[in-house]
Amino acid sequence: MSTLVTILVDGVSYASWLFIVALGLTLVFGVLKILNIAHGSFYAVGAYVAASFVNWFAGWQLPPWMSIIALLCAALAVAALLAPLVERGLLRVFYGRDEVLLVLVTYALFLILEDVTKLIWGANPYFVSAPYSLFGNVAVGAQTYVGYDFMLIGVAVFCGVGVWWGLNRTRIGKVVLAVIHSAEVASSMGVNISRVYTFAFMFGILLAALGGALTAPMISVQPGVSVGVVIVSFAVVIIGGLGSIQGAAIGALIVGLARALAVHTWPPAELFSIYVAMAIVLVFRPEGLFQQVQARKI
Amino acid sequence: MKRLLAHPVWAGVAGMALLLALGAALPRWLLFLCTMSAANGIVSLGIVLLMRGGVVSFGQGLVFAGGGYAVALMANKLGVTDALLLTFAGGVVAALMALPFAALLARYRGIFFSMLTLALSMVLYGVLVKTESLGGSDGFNMSRPTILGMRIADAWSGYVLYALAVVVSGVLAILARIYFESARGLVSLAIRENELRVEYLGASTSRVMAANFVIAAFMGGVGGALAIMALGHIEPQFSYWTTSGEFVFVSILAGHYSVFAVFVASFILELVRSFSSAYFPNTWQMVLGIFLLIVIRFLPRGIGSVWVGWQARKEGRS
Amino acid sequence: MKQTSRALRRTATVLALGACFASGGALAQETFKVGIVSFLSGPAAESFGVPAVNGAKVVIEAFNKGAAPAPYNKVGFAGMKIEPVYVDENGGATKQVQELRNLYDREKVDAVVGYVGSGDCLAVAPVAEEMKKFLILYDCGTPRIFEDKQYSYVFRTAAHAAMDNISLARYLKARNIKAGSINYINQDYAWGHDSRKDFQAAMGNLYPGSKTEADLLPKFGAGQYGTEISALLSKTADVTHSSLWGGDLQAFILQAGPRDLFKKTQVVFSAADHVLPGLGDKMPDGVILGARGAYGLMSPKSALNDWWWKTYETANKIYPVQAPYRMVQALLGLKLAVEKAMAANGGKKPTAEQLAAALRNSEWDSPAGKIRMVLGGGHQAIQETAIGRTKYDAAKKMVMLEDIQRFPAECVNPPANVKSEDWIKAGMPGAKC
Repeated sequence: MSTLVTILVDGVSYASWLFIVALGLTLVFGVLKILNIAHGSFYAVGAYVAASFVNWFAGWQLPPWMSIIALLCAALAVAALLAPLVERGLLRVFYGRDEVLLVLVTYALFLILEDVTKLIWGANPYFVSAPYSLFGNVAVGAQTYVGYDFMLIGVAVFCGVGVWWGLNRTRIGKVVLAVIHSAEVASSMGVNISRVYTFAFMFGILLAALGGALTAPMISVQPGVSVGVVIVSFAVVIIGGLGSIQGAAIGALIVGLARALAVHTWPPAELFSIYVAMAIVLVFRPEGLFQQVQARKI
Repeated sequence: MKRLLAHPVWAGVAGMALLLALGAALPRWLLFLCTMSAANGIVSLGIVLLMRGGVVSFGQGLVFAGGGYAVALMANKLGVTDALLLTFAGGVVAALMALPFAALLARYRGIFFSMLTLALSMVLYGVLVKTESLGGSDGFNMSRPTILGMRIADAWSGYVLYALAVVVSGVLAILARIYFESARGLVSLAIRENELRVEYLGASTSRVMAANFVIAAFMGGVGGALAIMALGHIEPQFSYWTTSGEFVFVSILAGHYSVFAVFVASFILELVRSFSSAYFPNTWQMVLGIFLLIVIRFLPRGIGSVWVGWQARKEGRS
Repeated sequence: MKQTSRALRRTATVLALGACFASGGALAQETFKVGIVSFLSGPAAESFGVPAVNGAKVVIEAFNKGAAPAPYNKVGFAGMKIEPVYVDENGGATKQVQELRNLYDREKVDAVVGYVGSGDCLAVAPVAEEMKKFLILYDCGTPRIFEDKQYSYVFRTAAHAAMDNISLARYLKARNIKAGSINYINQDYAWGHDSRKDFQAAMGNLYPGSKTEADLLPKFGAGQYGTEISALLSKTADVTHSSLWGGDLQAFILQAGPRDLFKKTQVVFSAADHVLPGLGDKMPDGVILGARGAYGLMSPKSALNDWWWKTYETANKIYPVQAPYRMVQALLGLKLAVEKAMAANGGKKPTAEQLAAALRNSEWDSPAGKIRMVLGGGHQAIQETAIGRTKYDAAKKMVMLEDIQRFPAECVNPPANVKSEDWIKAGMPGAKC
């Protein structure tokens, strides 16, 4: 019983980290139809900027809780500065090309950002663990967890609900939905597609950077942070269905719980638990769990 | 003469002869680079074949590794050392590996086909990392093969493997060209344009797609076999997604208009990577990334489109 | 025309030779080109690759100025200026094989020193052998390289990884630390698998009846260890063993610390010294760890070590940990081998064969103690090692190591011609402790 609780808590807390990142990925795919391999690089940039910001804030002798604000500011800064630069300066050139070609464009971007982060921040590790201890410890059953992990679950729920509400209950959200459904029709109805693209990309990158920024306190920020994240979040959005928010949530939960189950019961299976889950889902639901099957054109 | 060379078979044979002669004059490092580009080029040729049917496999690492491991194991455990036999065996094993998945994958299109193949290759990667008897993530070494019953001397090993790679890729390129122009090959193109119409015309798209997948797997296995014989070492990285990604990049760089372009593209990528790694040790990834972007930007349909377009213009004029 | 050019060239050669004699050394104009391959990007860059390359830079600079202490005080390599060529090891073994060929054939390097990844080492060793070129593997851990095959041109100037876990087990035994049950957390690739196997076998010998509880193999580069930490805590064992390194290790410590894992079990790390300067007070006290040799805070006191420590620290604002130590011991060995070979061949630049003959079965002093090439037919080094326990020093604001115990090379390395795995299983017969 207590193992079950532990598996649930572990699974959900891993899933919430994954969900924040995967939500950004799925949003960018939904609107721009780009499967962004460089998503992990934005995650890494988010972590690096967060590290710089926290240290910077610390220099001003602010109260400790301000370090959380620093993390959020870092994510916002990446979304506000880097995302438009990439979208307007680079991706825009390739719109309308084949999906696979766009994947390669983002692969190139991934390679470039990998070296750019190294040129800016060097190879030395950055540690910003101050925010990690802000929320104390929480006992659940026999285990003690770090409160920060539960804060992450809260952030993930907030992001998920926020995006859902934003898309379904606000004007701009409905415009975005229209573009997701058909960019052509939306455009002929007078929607400024180009602005929606920029906005959606910025929002997707905000989530990636937020994921990175919130993870920064629990890791050492250094080269190579980006690599591990991409493939796992790919698995999540493929399982859930590309472009679907519920899908990303369910996908993240499946991956998180599958992994926790493997670690607690049969550790050797951890390495491919994710791919096996992904392959099984794809075999039965090729479009993913929450993707409507599109009509084929004749 | 000119007429003769216009035929793909004779053009291919002439090209092979030229490359074989040229190889004798190349420095060893370039010879090796050419061998690797030919081996990788064959794998990408398989992806081009799939691309003509409108799907792109992001998991050719699966068959590349499958063929490579099969060859290395046959050499080490069964004592099969003949390079020609091993090359062929690599292809056959890879094709057999692909066979059970072919029917399933034939139902998928677009990004889903790509992602499912990616998942398969990553599962193989996971299995290989776990398999300690195969060296786990460190992989293992394979000693040099023989050819036609003869031992290959150290001084000649580079050239012999180069010659083998040139001949094998030449033959496969010619066969691919013939296949592309056959009825079934043309159906692939039609599927790419509009699948439903092809079905209404009575052709089985899933059978064509399944066949394409197995043929591409054979090519991937042959590429893997050549690569392991040249490298002498194999590891699970062969099946990792970045390896597959590079094969896809070469096929995109080449475009699906010309078979020869695939090998040119593969060679260019190796060359760029090699020099950027030597002269920009700290930023070679960035150089490679910028190179990719420039190619995608300015040659959207691949370098094959350059001379196919040029040829078409010439023919139009005469 | 042809005649004139030949005559001109001959004159030029004579002039050049004259210039050489004038400047005092026959080889003053010649350079010795060394290819240095290590991780400049990717997950191993921060912990191993970049510090090692930084170490190579300061040492080569010192060599070229003739500023290193005796017997390493000749300028460059016996008067030849050392010209390094750096290459990134990131990108997989396939790329390394190609780059190694390019280094020898295109860049015309005289020797290559490199490789952290065991897979890379396994892949490049036969290539150098086939090309008959001189290669020093300076860091990678797998014992398989010289246990599975004999080489003539390939050397490894650092002990292989079996030593790391044997010494860890011996340390526990020597201090009489309770180890009835053991938990494991190692990365899911060859390094993690091998380390776990070695430790398990060594503990089986020294602590008969000790049993394995949780045996976790997280993915390499996982970053998130919450689940694993829960698993380790729910089956708390006396000892928890890990061979994690770099970013993975740092993340694990940062996440396990607040959950009191280090208080509930004696954690032992096989290769963790390199995270101490960065983690500072985030590193819990009382953790037992190794450095894959007597490196960094566990290095022995010597004039050579003092010089090296100061040289590295001045240039890099941080003290040297294992990676630069392993690099410098390789370069010191190479320097002596070149000079020995030139003493034997009358002062010409040595060939790969002459270099190999000079390094084979040789021994030299390094900042981490004596390096002796005694395994694998004189191609594989053994060296002493040390294990210590962490203690944060608030006054110095750095993690120190206390209770340091040294292990002589023969105590923790197998004898020649015995595979390390078999040796551990057999109860490490003939070990001289």
